[in-house]
Amino acid sequence: MQNVKVITGTSAAAEAAKLADVDVIAAYPITPQTTSVEKLAEFVANGELNAEYIKVESEHSAISACVGASATGARTFTATSSQGLALMHEILFAAAGMRMPIVMMNANRALSAPINIWNDQQDSISQRDTGWIQLYAENNQETLDLIIQAFKIAENENVLLPVMVNLDGFILTHTVEPVEIPEKEKVLNFVGQYEPKHAYLRPEKPMTQGALGDPEWYMETRHDVQKAQDVALNVIKDVHDKFAEKFGRAYGNGLIETYNIENAETVLITMGSLCGTIKDVIDELKAEGKEYGLLKIISYRPLPTEEIKEALKGAKNVAILDKDISLGLDKGALFTDIAPFLKDKKTVNYIVGLGGRDIRKANIKEIIEHTENEAKDTETKWIGLKE
Amino acid sequence: MARQFPREELFAPGHRGCAGCGAAIVARLTLKAAGKNTIVANATGCLEVMTTPYPETAWRVPWMHVAFENAAAVASGIEAAVKSLKRKRGLYEGEKVNVIAFGGDGGTADIGFQALSGAMERGHDMVYIMYDNEAYMNTGVQRSGSTPYMASTTTSPAGSVIRGENRPKKNMPMIMAAHGIPYVATASISYPEDFMNKVKKACEIDGPAFIQILQPCTTGWGYPAAKTVELGRLAVKAGIWPLYEIENGEYRVTYKPSKRISIEEYLKTQKRYRHLTEEDVEEMQKLINHKCQEMGI
Ligand SMILES: Cc1ncc(C[n+]2csc(CCOP(=O)(O)OP(=O)(O)O)c2C)c(N)n1
Ligand code: SF4
Repeated sequence: MQNVKVITGTSAAAEAAKLADVDVIAAYPITPQTTSVEKLAEFVANGELNAEYIKVESEHSAISACVGASATGARTFTATSSQGLALMHEILFAAAGMRMPIVMMNANRALSAPINIWNDQQDSISQRDTGWIQLYAENNQETLDLIIQAFKIAENENVLLPVMVNLDGFILTHTVEPVEIPEKEKVLNFVGQYEPKHAYLRPEKPMTQGALGDPEWYMETRHDVQKAQDVALNVIKDVHDKFAEKFGRAYGNGLIETYNIENAETVLITMGSLCGTIKDVIDELKAEGKEYGLLKIISYRPLPTEEIKEALKGAKNVAILDKDISLGLDKGALFTDIAPFLKDKKTVNYIVGLGGRDIRKANIKEIIEHTENEAKDTETKWIGLKE
Repeated sequence: MARQFPREELFAPGHRGCAGCGAAIVARLTLKAAGKNTIVANATGCLEVMTTPYPETAWRVPWMHVAFENAAAVASGIEAAVKSLKRKRGLYEGEKVNVIAFGGDGGTADIGFQALSGAMERGHDMVYIMYDNEAYMNTGVQRSGSTPYMASTTTSPAGSVIRGENRPKKNMPMIMAAHGIPYVATASISYPEDFMNKVKKACEIDGPAFIQILQPCTTGWGYPAAKTVELGRLAVKAGIWPLYEIENGEYRVTYKPSKRISIEEYLKTQKRYRHLTEEDVEEMQKLINHKCQEMGI
């Protein structure tokens, strides 16, 4: 029996956490994430979700409480955005280094100054090197599906890393779409129970966690996280395939998704909701007899470089669209990460949609035009900038 | 009296603290009183650094350190998880698990203040122990909000113009009491039964408890290692460190020195006060007299 609800992205995230039967939630409101923690509070208040909801006084405490709860053996969920994620920054490293499989929804939003509540991806990109797995959703259904998968990826014994599922602020968080809600039993059966063997706080077997790691030990722990990220590449694919089989929805290979790429010499690369717009443009141009492709990155960390290289084999021009910017380098994150693997192609970086600046179909067409014609290799162009 | 506490040591010897470190005494006494069924969250600071140089540990109970300012928040998560797992999976059936957070004066009164206030206000069943050595010792003796008036530290140095710390010590127990929590107490490492009784009570009480324990520090205060316990006692006897508890709003002095000693007897033992003039000591004595009158000591 299909249960389809017409809901926002934040509700989809809350539904997913409920389906995974989380034990502890610690969260603090921030636009445009707020509605997700409100929804979860409502679930708990109505007895629909049997969880401890810690009404923390800040995001720093939210993630700290999640680390404590996760180490005690609880399945743990939090949600945040922008300034809230930045406030968590310090503890994001600890969560990954201590191998806590916390799942977090992040509503992608710009960072101050100037204060801006609208969408770009600078917040999560700025957490790139914390050790967290980062997944990006294109729509509300994918948000729900990724969060369910996130628990299974995070808690995999060979991974044991926290996972951040990102969805674009307002574009997804506040837009309603039909979302198929799977049956709880089926989801529980899929995700299983979290029973930590590596790190737990149980009086019957005392364990010290978060010790002082001097130069003799620190590098190894960072390297272990790198190894876990490597393993995660396969686990993400595997969890995706199992999910697809069980729930009937697939997203590329779980790491990346390609769209009309096999026919195209010019390919666009980006993440998140923008992929929906690009797919529409590709369809329109196809109707005119022109072939363009999209490579959607779902897993930004770990970054599936082999899959990306393989997918782009036939491409000549690559337009990389970033909703973030590394100031002082004038490049976005996807570009700096991916371009080095594509030395034989013309790669162009487009900085788009910062602070919620609209990205319309016309902009995508302008990007394609520019990439194919006047753009120089490794050039950066800011789209829609008032100069 | 002392016999009611077990011989078993849950805080192992062989840590890396300075000789005569009072923080080690705090940890040892706490665990003796709390017993095995305890989970500890520890803020960054001397206690954390000296007890857990990987792969060694001085903790025979489950212990966790995450960061400097979040021991109370981490403990909140632990407490919530214990509750949730109890309810959902029947773990810890019929058991009482003590969740104890340790923070230094910096990790408690300064940077960790917000997380502490949040945890206390939310009513988590935890015991927060502020081991107060009156400065940031781990980073080399800088002043904190809990550094006493006129103490010299590296960021409140006594110079030719400034007489050490220029602000009075933050009154943490009263701030905690204002949160309306069921149990607040002060303690000293030099009165171990008094402290352990307080820890026991704090563990038994349902809801948040806060204990601030004065912990002399040889390195930060500047005195010979053998004198830690003596200094803790002098502080209480001079009335600079009153021992009391506030149980469900009821204030009670738990130890009253039969005769107060002069503040000078306490101050002269420590390098951090060696710059004080006679007038300074006199001023301090007046302040203490006033405080003791207020506290009923
Ligand atoms: C966010 C952050 N700021 C600063 C530090 C550096 N730091 C580590 S311990 C410490 C002082 C700890 O002082 P206190 O809490 O009084 O404990 P003590 O070392 O005296 O036991 C400082 C400043 C840190 N670890 N994290
Ligand atoms: S500096 Fe003070 S608190 Fe730190 S280990 Fe030494 S004696 Fe203990």
